[in-house]
Amino acid sequence: MNGLPAFLVRRVLQAVLVLLVLAAVLYAVFYLAPGDAARLACGPKCSPAQVAQIRGQMGLGDPVYLQFWHFLQGIVTGHTYSTGTGSLHCPAPCLGQSYRTGELVTHLIGEKLPATASLALGAMVLWLVIGVGTGLVSALRRGGITERLLTGFTLVGVATPVFITGILLLLVFCSWLQWLPYPTYVPITDDPQQWAWNLLLPWLALALVEAAKYARLTRSSMLETLAEDHIRTFRAYGVGEGAVVRRHALRGALTPVIALSALDLGTMFGGALLTETLFGIPGLGQQLVQSVQMKDLPVVVGIVLVMGLAVVVANAVADVLYAFADRRVVLA
Amino acid sequence: MTAASRAATAALVEVADLRIEFPTDGGAVRAVDGLDFSLGAGQALGLVGESGSGKSATAYALLGLHRGTGARVSGTVRVDGTDVLTATDAELRRLRGGAAAMVFQDPLSALDPYFAIGDQIAEVYRVHHRVSKSAARARAVEVLDRVGIADAARRSRSRPHEFSGGMRQRALIAMALACEPRLLIADEPTTALDVTVQAQILDLLHELRAETGMGLLLVTHDLGVVAGSVDRILVMRDGRAVEGGPVGTVLSAPSAAYTRALLAAVPRLDGPAGPEGPAGADVPAQAKPVDAAEPAADAAGLAVGPVPTPTPALLKGGPVAEDGALLVAEGLRREFKRGRHAFTAVDDVSLTVRAGETLGVVGESGSGKTTLGRMLVRLLDPTRGRIHYGGRDIAPLGDRALRPLRRELQMVFQDPVSSLNPRRSIGESIADPLRAEGRLSDAAVVSRVKDLLERVGLDPDWYHRYPHEFSGGQRQRVGIARALAPEPKLIVCDEPVSALDVTTQAQVVALLGELQRDLGLALVFIAHDLAVVRQVSDRVAVMRGGRIVESGTVDQVYDAPRDPYTKGLLAAVPVLDPAEAAERRENRRELRSVMVTAP
Repeated sequence: MNGLPAFLVRRVLQAVLVLLVLAAVLYAVFYLAPGDAARLACGPKCSPAQVAQIRGQMGLGDPVYLQFWHFLQGIVTGHTYSTGTGSLHCPAPCLGQSYRTGELVTHLIGEKLPATASLALGAMVLWLVIGVGTGLVSALRRGGITERLLTGFTLVGVATPVFITGILLLLVFCSWLQWLPYPTYVPITDDPQQWAWNLLLPWLALALVEAAKYARLTRSSMLETLAEDHIRTFRAYGVGEGAVVRRHALRGALTPVIALSALDLGTMFGGALLTETLFGIPGLGQQLVQSVQMKDLPVVVGIVLVMGLAVVVANAVADVLYAFADRRVVLA
Repeated sequence: MTAASRAATAALVEVADLRIEFPTDGGAVRAVDGLDFSLGAGQALGLVGESGSGKSATAYALLGLHRGTGARVSGTVRVDGTDVLTATDAELRRLRGGAAAMVFQDPLSALDPYFAIGDQIAEVYRVHHRVSKSAARARAVEVLDRVGIADAARRSRSRPHEFSGGMRQRALIAMALACEPRLLIADEPTTALDVTVQAQILDLLHELRAETGMGLLLVTHDLGVVAGSVDRILVMRDGRAVEGGPVGTVLSAPSAAYTRALLAAVPRLDGPAGPEGPAGADVPAQAKPVDAAEPAADAAGLAVGPVPTPTPALLKGGPVAEDGALLVAEGLRREFKRGRHAFTAVDDVSLTVRAGETLGVVGESGSGKTTLGRMLVRLLDPTRGRIHYGGRDIAPLGDRALRPLRRELQMVFQDPVSSLNPRRSIGESIADPLRAEGRLSDAAVVSRVKDLLERVGLDPDWYHRYPHEFSGGQRQRVGIARALAPEPKLIVCDEPVSALDVTTQAQVVALLGELQRDLGLALVFIAHDLAVVRQVSDRVAVMRGGRIVESGTVDQVYDAPRDPYTKGLLAAVPVLDPAEAAERRENRRELRSVMVTAP
């Protein structure tokens, strides 16, 4: 692998820059948007004096650039907050404190991330298996009834919103057939079996929608690869169709799939909001929406940064895989 | 039983009444229409024809490669005892690569980019022989060595993109050799290669055939390629055989009119130079006044008919210098950055283009000729050097300063397909530069485009047609019309005919010559084909590795080349006479044994 260390250094710098810009934009947007975080945090019954006190405590009186600077400082050095009664230390990387609950954002993310990660990673495995499998079959059985059925299935999948798929799954498997319990999230550290069992339906709901997209991508990419000259070469030398597909077509056909899954996985880390809501999974998506409504800036920034980081990391991994699959690609 | 009669009783290839149809939206297209031929063991047959003649479809049919594609194949195809059309898939797989192996046109795309070349050959070998992986790998190295890949054991671990074009074609031939087939089918095996590499590959095929006694079916559009490589040829047109026979007879005394036309269209190294004859034959390459009889720039209008002899006033009024030089390049250099390394594509090139003359630039791929051409019309910024045009140095000018000059310096590109926007009508494509200028009203633009279409031999009513409706030659005419639209003084033609069939090529070359005569254009004609360059050029520059190694009038360079590289290039050009081809092959072999040539 040529130039891997240099590539990683460049990517890390890139990632830092992307995340900085992201955070700055969020601060600017929240500063400009209407609504008073201190009032929301304090609640409807607060007196103006109490609101002012809270505003002071949260540092909301400072100009926005100063707030942003403090936030960056916190990431590098940590931060100690004074509460009414004592102080709360937030170790580096400190993403601040929720305006609303006073909880540290890093703790909050630590709590919610496992659920979201479980949902995203599991769903990805499923959608890759279903999507790539379907795509390959419909590419290799082109023109037959199998392909038409699969094409129909993928069209329906693409067109159906996840909450409809999800509700249908709940209805069929939990209400009618009663094969599965209504899902409640169980952390994997508590009980791996229950974790998987309870996540099965959310995984399926998410995967079916995504799988449809992947099936279409895999199919077109496979057909394109099969039409390439080097495939013809091996056919012309008596190599069987199975070996031609496995050895010579698959790798080329799957490279775009890798690139797309990296992007999708990154997005999923921001929380698949609808799926989380529908199946009651306490993940980042739900938290994000709540926090946006409450103008809870530190939490929003924290979650968005996690999401951004996931996208950047997933893309870097995809690029490495890509270069590994195709030696002509130079990492840059 | 003599060898000849054995061959006659058990022909290696027997094709009878072969018909191939491809279903399309507009009905079936018949690519091959009742073709018969046979090839005895150890013989070599050339299948010659222009694009669309059905020659490649025929070659594919020999290996049953149309199976599963939707093409309808009928008739009889028998290869080494296997009836290809009725054979089972397993029988067909045994035939493919085992009894008959194919070498494809484009050796880069014909190999799997993801695998080492040795592994790919080994894989094919193991399809036909029950041997271990390491034994197959050893065989791969053996055949790679046989086809002249130096340090074959190490290079067998390279992937295709690490090989040069010629080495890739050798690797493909090695793959074909691996299973010791009785028949080698080569489909345009040298079309993508430089002329010196082409000669090496053809010589290699010749040697291998002598050594192994395998039969050869050589499919090509290039009559020069068959002349020295096969015993018999079959000329095809529109899916039918036009003429067949021993190669010497067909090429020297063709009986069919089509063959005669084809032969007449082939540009010859020793043939007559351009339609007007070389101008100023004894004038050195630079700094001498242009021949008085030579037509000079009159780009003011698209006058049809004879151009008046230029008056001094006209010369002064235009950008032409006193000595007739329209554009003078001095010490041009262009580097491309590749990561940390700079690659010098053009290095210290100086040349003069005079009004009304054609300067040919020949060179092999990678010689920097395209980069040079693009710098001359300032599509590329030179890294160093000066370009004098219209009384000033245009090399350092920025986009804004260049804008008024753009119309005077035009370019015609190699690929008439990709250089035209497929979603715009050809008329609109030609009108674009005129509209950009903004001098003419819309109606005037349209009428001028129609004039231009007529000028390049197209129907003005085709204004609203789209590029896909045209043939390659017609599209190149559109490209020429587009270059002519802004009334340029200089057109750089970058491989304008290399994607075209010989007959079309001859027409386009004739058109360029005619336009130059009528309009007094200066042309820079960039090509890898030495014969075409001789046909069109007054003076010629030979490029190698970014430098001009030799320049002069066509007669000087072609008849008395001084530089060894030019000599090598000329020696590699295929000739139409089989006897001469054999003699040249012999010469090349001697040349190779005395000097170590570049890979």
